[in-house]
Amino acid sequence: MSTEVIKRKNKDRGAILAFVGPLAVWMLLFLALPLVYVIFISFMKKGTYGGVQLAFTLENYALFLDPTYIKVIWKSIVLAFWTSLICLLISYPFSYVLMRKISAKKRGICVLLIMLPFWISELIRLNGWSNILRDSGLLNTLLMKLHLISKPLTMMYTDGATLFGMVYALFPFMVLPLNNSIGKLDSTLIEASHDLGASKMRTFFRVILPLTVPGIFAGTIQVFIPSLGAFYIADVMGGGNSTLLGNLIKDHFLTARNWPAGAALSVILIIFTLILLKVYTKFGSLSDL
Amino acid sequence: MEKDNIPIVRLRGVTKEFFDATGGVVLKELDLDIYEGEFLTLLGPSGCGKTTTLRMIGGFDTPTQGTVYIGDQDVTDLPPYKRDVNTVFQSYALFPHMNVFDNVAFGLVEKKIPKAEIKARVEKMLDLVQLKNFGKRKVAQMSGGQKQRVAIARALVNNPKLLLLDEPLAALDYKLRKQMQIELKHLQKRLGITFIYVTHDQEEALTMSDRIAVMNNGLIEQIDVPSEIYEHPKTKFVADFIGESNIIEASVTGIEGDLVELTAENGVVHAKGEGFVKDEMVYISIRPEHTKYSTEPIEHFRLRGVVKEHIYVGSLIKTTIMLPDGQILKINHHPDSDMIPVGQAVNIYWPMDKAVVMHTAEDTLIDWIEGALLHREEIEAAVEGESCPQK
Repeated sequence: MSTEVIKRKNKDRGAILAFVGPLAVWMLLFLALPLVYVIFISFMKKGTYGGVQLAFTLENYALFLDPTYIKVIWKSIVLAFWTSLICLLISYPFSYVLMRKISAKKRGICVLLIMLPFWISELIRLNGWSNILRDSGLLNTLLMKLHLISKPLTMMYTDGATLFGMVYALFPFMVLPLNNSIGKLDSTLIEASHDLGASKMRTFFRVILPLTVPGIFAGTIQVFIPSLGAFYIADVMGGGNSTLLGNLIKDHFLTARNWPAGAALSVILIIFTLILLKVYTKFGSLSDL
Repeated sequence: MEKDNIPIVRLRGVTKEFFDATGGVVLKELDLDIYEGEFLTLLGPSGCGKTTTLRMIGGFDTPTQGTVYIGDQDVTDLPPYKRDVNTVFQSYALFPHMNVFDNVAFGLVEKKIPKAEIKARVEKMLDLVQLKNFGKRKVAQMSGGQKQRVAIARALVNNPKLLLLDEPLAALDYKLRKQMQIELKHLQKRLGITFIYVTHDQEEALTMSDRIAVMNNGLIEQIDVPSEIYEHPKTKFVADFIGESNIIEASVTGIEGDLVELTAENGVVHAKGEGFVKDEMVYISIRPEHTKYSTEPIEHFRLRGVVKEHIYVGSLIKTTIMLPDGQILKINHHPDSDMIPVGQAVNIYWPMDKAVVMHTAEDTLIDWIEGALLHREEIEAAVEGESCPQK
């Protein structure tokens, strides 16, 4: 190999390093190392006054055999399931109309309206809902003034309220991948299906739905995973009444000062997420995420 | 020939308007009869309304006005899935989530035909389009020509009375296109199905069709058998769009029996024609292969020009002649014929019956205005009828 070629290669390498280097350092410092640290302390004993005691143990993972924990994890999964399903059932028709039935101009406005709430902190928005839905809140006051009800309806601090908050907060994460998938659908395929004698309903189940499965999977994962960990939604909307996996992790770190147990729960959550991603890549492509 | 049959498709006064940004009228009161078993081509440049016409027969667009009949049934507002019509789309529109077999079987599954029969019919159809043993293939693994065959098989397997084809060969390369033209034509004759074919390729239209409807600006300019369209174009547009034509503007200066004396800017010529009046402005259309030149004077022709160029293109020689006002005339002749050298002044002539004399657009306009006036009387009558009870 001539020196010229080597020189050029080294130059390329330098350029690559300059572009990728900072990102690689960032990922290493703030993603890889903390992750290793979390996994590491999940196998340690907890210190007497919080913190970690450097002694190997598996007892943190034994927590998951405790029925109380199993119950919380199961409840989190069930709630995440319902959140995803409700988001999907709301978003699909919405996305379909948005992408296929209205003009590009109106579509732009609608997408903006979906994104708009993101400019306000989610906590503030959730507290807003709390003001509307609580016993002495706007909705109950209104209904009572109209003599439709005689005593306030309990809406806040229930599992229903948590579910509502989850759907409200995560709905855009379902809409955006669905928009992508439904927007990409070639309308001549729908015409071809009609042409071959399939009614609108049949066309939906034989052509439209199968071809938008990637969007459905992408959206479901983007809603399901955050809803497992979104402790603040359960805190604000469900109060003390709904403890989820996310709350459990938070409580272990901040309240019980049991870092190793919190870390073990986090590891479980990460593993769970990875399994879901693996399932997803079997059915869809990562580019839809 | 098909004229004795009852039309399988009838369009009556079909008008289509779009009210979006691109706005405007796409089709203007179109009347069209399509007969059973014929191969009819809608030919025209893009934006002439040919695809819109096809889509309204297929049910993908609804006319703003007018009626579409298939057989005896008014299908104007019937959705595509209730019409006994199948379409081959320009982009093929094969379902990417299904294999070849399932694509072809799609329509039969909708008709709830027993599985065994579906299997037999799909396999027979795949055999017919020379795709035997391709059933298990994914659509993405097929070449353009193969996809095309799948699309045709998917439509034909349903035994439609009518097959609509929207530029089905446009995406194929030249050689494959030529081959598929012949195959499609044979298939149509063999199955006896009525084909309505949309294309902007005039050569394709001439090769395949029983009849051609030449469309322009939402109107049918001429509908006839290919040889008539080519030999006797009715309008300047048809003469210009189908094949090559020399078009000369002239005025009628004399009528002697069936011969018309025509005075153009560059000289006086004669052609056969009837129904013209003196001083009328006309177009003379003459094909390059019928245009002749000579250094000798020719009776009835006083049109002179200068030989500009000879271009050898293998099977023939293309000669261009420049007229005094700069207009270029094209002459095609056999490579063995005698050539007059470049720069020489020549007389242009043609066999009398080969030139076509056409009324100019003004006459078409007059027809149109007359039609509109007629229509207006109808409208006024209708309005009066409506307003009577109010009085």
